Amino acid sequence: MLLIACPYCGERPETEFRYAGEAHIARPHDPSALNDDEWVDFLYQRANPKGLHVERWRHIHGCARFFNAVRDTVSDRIFKTYEAGEPRPDVNAVAADVLAKESER
Amino acid sequence: MTEFLGTELSGTEFSGANLANARTGALDRFAGAASALVVTPGDPATRFIFRGGKAAQAAMGDAFGIALPVQSCRAATGQSRAALWLGPDEWLLTGEDGQAETLFAALESALAGVPHSLVDISHRNISILLSGPKAAAALNTACPLDLALESFPVGMCTRTVFGKAEVLIWRTGDTLFHLETWRSFGPYIWGLLSLAQREYGAL
Ligand SMILES: [Zn+2]
Repeated sequence: MLLIACPYCGERPETEFRYAGEAHIARPHDPSALNDDEWVDFLYQRANPKGLHVERWRHIHGCARFFNAVRDTVSDRIFKTYEAGEPRPDVNAVAADVLAKESER
Repeated sequence: MTEFLGTELSGTEFSGANLANARTGALDRFAGAASALVVTPGDPATRFIFRGGKAAQAAMGDAFGIALPVQSCRAATGQSRAALWLGPDEWLLTGEDGQAETLFAALESALAGVPHSLVDISHRNISILLSGPKAAAALNTACPLDLALESFPVGMCTRTVFGKAEVLIWRTGDTLFHLETWRSFGPYIWGLLSLAQREYGAL
């Protein structure tokens, strides 16, 4: 059972959560000012990295809130979760920090 | 049992007292197990879902008579009412059955002009009560939450998943749990709990 740390409820089983796509994608303030290619980029183009990814999750069967997570798409490991609205963290620094603390133990 | 009586007890030794000391009742082990897990349907109740910001929370606390808990996953109780934290701006408010209309009107008038959402879900939900030393184990047959007293203390409540159904689990005592779920999920959850009862020999 993978545990995911909800920023509001703490560590919970993964079955309580639902994935909600890449995080920090802001809707354009004036969509009609965009050309078709730009609109397609906003709607469909995603980073889809192999490695660290910042994504939205929802604690749907818990507090029901959306939040963001830094997850490694290779190992499925979640390095950090934080409330929606907080700025996008430096993902490499976040992962390095967690791994450094682990190696100290 | 008849064989035991025939071989071990002669006619003169046969008395009620001897019999009671000598034998174990055929159903004794079930009787003991039954107290380890008792599952009962909860009474009908008045239930509201309330959502709102800080101003609405304070106004609702005053009007409802219980300050809404702000710590995550905690319930506050008083005067046969309860306020259960469901999310950072969402609570379940419960009270005795039959007061939904009057209480709803009173709360709405107390919160007039303050942005909020109040929904009567009295009939959407049902409750199931679990008691006994095996209550937590019974829940864990279909729910992976850590229900140890240290990590899920008395007064803690949360929505979670039981089997495939969403439920709200509220610990009201060391070995007492209050479950809330949508009424159409009731038979499914009751069935899973019946399996748990069979597991603990309590049918
Ligand atoms: Zn949560």
